[in-house]
This record gives sequence, C-alpha cells and structure tokens, in this order.
Amino acid sequence: MAYSDKVLDHYENPRNVGTLDKNDPNVGTGMVGAPACGDVMKLMIKVNDSGIIEDAKFKTYGCGSAIASSSLVTEWLKGRTIDEAYAIKNSEIAEELALPPVKIHCSVLAEDAIKAAVADIKAKQAAKETA
Amino acid sequence: MSASLEMPVSKHAEDSMHPIYLDYSATTPVDPRVAAKMIPYLTEDFGNPASRSHPYGWTAEKAVENAREEVAKLVGADPREIVWTSGATESNNLAIKGAANFYSGKGKHIITVATEHKAVIDPVRELERQGFEATFLEPEPNGLVDLEKFKAAIRPDTVLASVMLVNNEIGVIQDITAIGNICRENGVIFHVDAAQATGKVHIDLDKLPVDLMSFCAHKTYGPKGIGALYVRRKPRIRIEAQMHGGGHERGMRSGTLATHQIVGMGEAFRIAREEMDLENARIRRLSDKLLHGLETMEEVYVNGDLEHRVPHNLNISFNYVEGESLIMAVKGIAVSSGSACTSASLEPSYVLRALGRSDELAHSSIRFSIGRFTTEDDVDYTIELMKSKIDKLRELSPLWEMFKDGIDLSKVQWAAH
Ligand SMILES: Cc1ncc(COP(=O)(O)O)c(C=O)c1O
Ligand code: FES
Repeated sequence: MAYSDKVLDHYENPRNVGTLDKNDPNVGTGMVGAPACGDVMKLMIKVNDSGIIEDAKFKTYGCGSAIASSSLVTEWLKGRTIDEAYAIKNSEIAEELALPPVKIHCSVLAEDAIKAAVADIKAKQAAKETA
Repeated sequence: MSASLEMPVSKHAEDSMHPIYLDYSATTPVDPRVAAKMIPYLTEDFGNPASRSHPYGWTAEKAVENAREEVAKLVGADPREIVWTSGATESNNLAIKGAANFYSGKGKHIITVATEHKAVIDPVRELERQGFEATFLEPEPNGLVDLEKFKAAIRPDTVLASVMLVNNEIGVIQDITAIGNICRENGVIFHVDAAQATGKVHIDLDKLPVDLMSFCAHKTYGPKGIGALYVRRKPRIRIEAQMHGGGHERGMRSGTLATHQIVGMGEAFRIAREEMDLENARIRRLSDKLLHGLETMEEVYVNGDLEHRVPHNLNISFNYVEGESLIMAVKGIAVSSGSACTSASLEPSYVLRALGRSDELAHSSIRFSIGRFTTEDDVDYTIELMKSKIDKLRELSPLWEMFKDGIDLSKVQWAAH
C-alpha cells in the first residue's frame, strides 16, 4: 500500500508522543479501540482554567495511518478550546492526511479519542464543581 | 544478454525498490539456471507437445517428459503419476473437487484443517455448497494436528481428507505418514498440499500413504503459473476432470501444455533434488542466527512448533507492536505480516487465530522466510533493523506502556469500535 507523504512524515517523526499525569485534575484521557481490532489509541489533553488545551500527548498501537492520525490531532488540539476540539471531524483528518477509503476508520478512531478525552475532562470538572 | 542470467546479488537495503527479500514463502526468484533452460522453449523449440506430425512437436514432447521425470524423481513418484497444472491452487482444486465428486457415492464428508491454505479451504467450502459436509479441524497451539482428534473426526461417510505438508504461514511440518495411515485404515482418500515442501523436506511417495499431492514450481525457484498433481496409480485413484477440452494429461487436465514453464519446473526440481541437503543446512544456520538475534528482545514469540518446522520460515510475534505499522517501519526488508494472501485485508491472520494466539499477538506477527539467495549480511542487517524499529514502535505503543506498568491487558474493558 502506498502512503501519502503526510502520513509518512507523521509516522516517521510522530509529534507529541508520550503521557501526561492522568491524576492531574486538568488532564483528560481518551483511550479508544481494542487489541482485537488491531488498534488502540490513547490521547491525553491538558486544559487550563480558561478551557484552552495547553498540551496534548498520544500513544498509538495501530497501523501507520492510525499513528499519523493521532500525531496530527495532537498538533491541532493545542491552543483550541475543548468545544472546538470536540467539533473536529474525522473527515478533516482523513482529508489532511489523504487517507484511502480502507483507512478512514483510523481517522474515526482519532476523532473518537478526542471526544473521549474531552468527555473525561468534562467529567473531572463536573466532579470538581459538585465537590 | 548474459547479464540478466547472473546470480541475483543481495540488493542494497537502502534501495527502496529492492529491499532485502525475506519473503521466499510468498514466491522465490527463478534460479538463473532454470531461466536459461526455459528460454529456448519460447523461441526455437516452441512446438506444441501434442503435435505428433513434426519434429517441433517431438522436441517439445521430449522436454515435457524429461521434466515430468525430474518432478517425479524429487518426490519418489512414477512419472505417469504426475499431471501438469497451472499451479498449486489448480492442483488442490483438481484433487479435492475431482476426488470428492468421483467418489461421492461412498459418502459426502470431508476432513481438513483450519490452518490450510485458502486454496484448500475454499474448494472444500465450495463442495459444502454442493451438498458435502466438512470438518475443519483446529490444530494444537503449536500448529500440529492431533492424531487422536483426527481419528475422532472420521465418520463412516468420510471420503476425503486434506492436510498440508508444510504450512505457508508458520512453516510447521504435519505428520502426513501417521495421518495417511489413519486414512488408509479407514478407506479415506488422502490429499496433501505440498506447495511449500518441495526442496525443503524429503518426500518419498513410493512409501508415503498419500493418494494425491499438490506441487507448484514458484516456491522452489521455478516459474509461476506451473504446478503438478500427483495421482497415485497403485492403488489407482480416480478423479473427475475440472477442465474439459482436448483430453491432455490422460483426460485429467485438458489444455495445451506450457512447455517452457514445464521445463522450468523440471529443472527447478532437479536442482532441488541435487542441492537441497546442502542448501537446507545453510538455511538452518541462517535461521538459527536470525532467531537468536531477535530473541534478545523482550516479548518475542515464535508462532508454530520450533522442532517440526522447516528452517526457511520464522513467524514471529513482537508483542504490543502492530504488524502493519511494523512492516511500514522495516522498509529495508521485504517480509509479510500474516500471509501474502491476507495482508491486503485488515483481519488478523486466521492461521494464528486458529493456534489460539491472543489478539495482540495475532496482530503483531511477521513472517520471515529465507531461501537460496539469503546471505549472512542480510540476516545481520535484519536483526539490527528489527531491534531499532521495535524499540521505536514500543515507545509509541500504549499497550507496551500498560504491560510495563503491570496491567493485565486481557482484563481491560476495551471500547471496541
Ligand atoms: C500451501 C500453499 N498452497 C497453495 C498455494 C497456491 O499456489 P499457486 O500460487 O501455485 O496457485 C500456495 C502459495 O501461495 C501455498 O503456499
Ligand atoms: S487502525 Fe485499523 S487499519 Fe488503521
């Protein structure tokens, strides 16, 4: 299979690989996928008090397109509000990386990871307010 | 001109169009000696072997019969037991459908194994659609068929069993002598797919309790598109033709014989007969070296039995690293993830799943297959390349991180998508 230059670039030089402190109340974690499907994506975002994403890190077990999709979204997330992050669509990711049809689900996974991370941070914030 | 017939040298690994070839189980290069022998039959001695009225035909027929003898000799058969086909897929179809249909009056049950090549599985599935019943035996975790389980699968209406000799994905060697003896005792016709076996293990059909055996040339340094089916004469096994026409090959397979391809297969099998012992000793040394080099890493698992296995194949799971991304990382070598026939799909290998491998391990496998033109330098390069890329991908892997944190992945609730 031929990969686009952008997929190759992210795959060979992945951005923002790593983990943040998952117990930090300002850190949201999204882990999606399953080993059975051959892909697991973990995305972590650190949000400041004005709701802006300051940092994003990922780790991905999956094909090159899945790795590239998650690397790309960590770049996109920094500086956005969590609501803007939530609005990111897999089609934008697929388009930016020129993913072929069989690889669309890798971008879906990245969108799901963002939504899961945002949901996690919102749950943490809600818990803080009721506390 | 002669330049193209020189021994292929190991290509520079950095040459992205010619990575080091470690996919000999998918296909092999044609040995230059084989290619040289084939060429005159394309241009000068191009006659139709069925032409009886002039020397063009006679020359071609003689070449075909010489090749038939060479093929027969490698596997301990009589040349009259060899039927030319277009490859192992056709041989399997002809054997399985041909025998099942011919003997369907005796019963309509077939036994095969879940880890067979698709060229066996799919003809059996087709027979199921036509009213046969089939048992797909699960192998043991080491890939081998348990003889007691095989025996237990036999029914009064079992007509045919098909078990491969050497597995294409994991290289394990089935005990076809024992399985064949069970078939004999129960009056079951026994077919063996030996596409991956020629030149790798000794085959003596004179002694083996096997009725039908499939071969192809392109896994043994011959050309693609040519194969053969062994059909036993004593006791005689009958099959229904699947290809009807001019009545070639004693009516079992019509179609003008591809003289040059047949000559190539004959020469490839002659070389295999003469050189296999030396060659296999060399390949075993390389294979041992590769395995020891890779095993210095953590969480590396060999798929399939290590003892009952051809040294040409090493199928290895690198836990917590996904196979497709790994193949992408190791562009300097040409290997496959699962089998060449399944790597186009996103499913994990059905062969590894049949061994009961976990999802992670099934998704993390690479098949290294080495052969005649593999060098020690190729193996050294491969070991270093694998080590550096596995390290890098594990740094990226959330599963590796969880493993290192002592989390049991089988207990995690995954949000499957
Ligand atoms: C075990 C086995 N059987 C059958 C085949 C199909 O052979 P052919 O490509 O000659 O049709 C292959 C090769 O892929 C094989 O490995
Ligand atoms: S993550 Fe499944 S193919 Fe990309």
